[in-house]
Amino acid sequence: METLMALVVGALFASGVYLMMRRSIVKLAIGLVLLSQSANLLFFTAAGLTRGSPPLVPEGETAPPVPFADPLPQALILTAIVIGFGVLAFTLVLVKRVYQTVGTDDLDEMRSTDT
Amino acid sequence: MSHDVLVALPIVIPLATAVITLFSYDSRAHQRIISTIGSGALLVAAIALLWTVNQDGILVSEMGDWPAPFGIAFVADLLSSLMVLMTGLTALTVSIYALGSMDPRRESFGFYPVFQILLMGITGSFLTGDVFNLFVWFEIMLIASFVLIALGGERPQLEGSIKYVALNLVSSMILLSAIGLLYGMAGTLNMGDLGLKLQDVDQPWLVTTVGTLFLVSFGIKAAVFPMFFWLPASYHTPPIAVTAIIAALLSKVGVYALIRAFTLIFTQETGYTHQIILVIAGLTMVTGVLGAVAQTEVRRLLSFHIISQIGYMLVGLALLSPLALAGSLFYVIHNMVTKTNLFLISGVANRLQGTYELKKLGSLYRYHPYVSVLFFVSALALAGMPPFSGFMAKLTLVRGSLEIEHYVIVAVALLTSMLTLFSMAKIWTEGYWTPSPAEVDGELPPGVEKFPGWTRQMVALFIPIIVLASLSVGMGILAQPVISLLVDTAEQLLDPGLYIEAVIGDEP
Amino acid sequence: MTSLILQTAARSLVAVLLLFSIFLLLRGHDEPGGGFIGGLVAAAAFTLYAISFDVPSTRRVLGIRPQMMIAIGLLLAGGSGVFALLTQDPYLTHLWYDLDIPGFGEVHLGTFLLFDIGVFLVVIGTTLLVVLTLSEE
Repeated sequence: METLMALVVGALFASGVYLMMRRSIVKLAIGLVLLSQSANLLFFTAAGLTRGSPPLVPEGETAPPVPFADPLPQALILTAIVIGFGVLAFTLVLVKRVYQTVGTDDLDEMRSTDT
Repeated sequence: MSHDVLVALPIVIPLATAVITLFSYDSRAHQRIISTIGSGALLVAAIALLWTVNQDGILVSEMGDWPAPFGIAFVADLLSSLMVLMTGLTALTVSIYALGSMDPRRESFGFYPVFQILLMGITGSFLTGDVFNLFVWFEIMLIASFVLIALGGERPQLEGSIKYVALNLVSSMILLSAIGLLYGMAGTLNMGDLGLKLQDVDQPWLVTTVGTLFLVSFGIKAAVFPMFFWLPASYHTPPIAVTAIIAALLSKVGVYALIRAFTLIFTQETGYTHQIILVIAGLTMVTGVLGAVAQTEVRRLLSFHIISQIGYMLVGLALLSPLALAGSLFYVIHNMVTKTNLFLISGVANRLQGTYELKKLGSLYRYHPYVSVLFFVSALALAGMPPFSGFMAKLTLVRGSLEIEHYVIVAVALLTSMLTLFSMAKIWTEGYWTPSPAEVDGELPPGVEKFPGWTRQMVALFIPIIVLASLSVGMGILAQPVISLLVDTAEQLLDPGLYIEAVIGDEP
Repeated sequence: MTSLILQTAARSLVAVLLLFSIFLLLRGHDEPGGGFIGGLVAAAAFTLYAISFDVPSTRRVLGIRPQMMIAIGLLLAGGSGVFALLTQDPYLTHLWYDLDIPGFGEVHLGTFLLFDIGVFLVVIGTTLLVVLTLSEE
């Protein structure tokens, strides 16, 4: 399972980076989305893939029955997904405004501020 | 006051200010007053925090009363509270400056709330003691800075912000991946607990690999060589008040994160990681200043100087000696004051002559001697001339490096400061001494205003500049207390046991 | 877009969705659910309304600007932590009270509910701010 996930993460990272290298700003935005998803998936995989029950402590006991799933990575990834959602919304608005103002989606034509 | 209040206030005050400015979204006048009061309150809270930390040692507040390492702890040690203090200072000065320089359109599109959210993100990053929480504060800070850079929607701003947004998001994703790997390895995210658990792992190289990911991610945010290209492409595009606040604070958050991570968490193979940091620091200094020398636009020139100065800030971290680290921390403080001030002054020069291009500026010394004196002080301070703050910072750093016999980095630092002086002299001669191209027969043509007079706007522009310039002089002349505080800070940083004990307690 | 079928369906669906979002918000008290997911459902309801009718009428139905909603939400969420500072606890420690409402039974209430309502409002406000701004242009 870990190997499969590692391959998926790698493929996602690769496609994200590839899209970011393209000249179109829309592809740049899609690349960023893929990157953030692959980072989330990497987090999930690295924190350990276990098939377990929810980590709820039964009444009268002090620890949940093993094996239980670690809830922390899921909570953290949920946070990261929410942040990614906010950033994505901003990026989409930005891409739209850039397209309207500059009149092109070609990154190579946005050089006026480079040094 | 209870410690929990003191640690929470620097985060709660900007949040509250942002909320109140949002409530008065329709009234620009109210927003201006509230934002200034809020920044002032932040400064007061920061002074109280630093005072208490200096007296009582490291303060820890466990948010929501969940004990560390399970909950999120907020930790104020000397470094954190010092950085929060500088944030408060820069925030107050830039808020006052913004009163006189921000255009009404940007003000009514939410400049002040976003500004305060940015401050909240920055103070949060400084105070948190949890790696994932640091990521969250980074994102808050980044989104606010994205909005500030793009606010107004002019073409250069949008072009700059595309690059800024893309590269900073990549760095955030690398950070998130690194945090995931770290959690998989150590099973904790509390910085103190990580420092404890990673000290004696059987595979130190694995930790170092993850540490390198952190180095890359924080390095992009701190704009070090070779990952700084987003900075000069975007920092000069927004209005000068925005440029000043992000130039003063954002890359310093990256530097802070590097210092924190590489003194507390990744100390397994210092011979390898810190050697890399040393090389990066040297290259950053040189490439940054060479970029600056080639520029003829004041804001771009100053943007390159930020990069060059980041190099100085990393030397102390790389050498891991108390004195060198204190010198680097002095550089951080000095740079926050001086660089902010240079940007603010260039904004005033732009206000007076309508341009940032060195070729079109001129005669500022003849017509505006006060501006010239203020610029002169800050420029010499940046270049590290006595008796200003930059000199003491450099002296401490150089002495610290000489003590442990790192001559090459000293040579690089001194060469860089020569070039810094050269580029400052370039601004001085081109902008202040040579006659303005607008002059005819040595006189300004009629109709061109020499000085608009002391209107309320001009007062708002000059108060922050005068305060910052005198701080720059003061830190140079009365350097002794500053240096002793910074040496204490550096010693606290180099003894991670103190931090770990404060957060986790005595239990193993 | 004006489609009679969608408009008729939307009228009743929006009401149901909003009710469901409040159910989710309150359920988050002790069980899976909460302000975030409730806020998303409520935002979806208003977005549905905006798609089937138009943006100005959605703003009218909303009755309050999204910015103001974010402000109130942040105030509630941030303010809910301040109570803890008054009792010398760390920020964001939540306090609980058991209220005995006659004819209803015992209710377990805490400052956490304020936090959740705050999150609920911030999520609706942010989502609608983005959605409405984008669809207005």
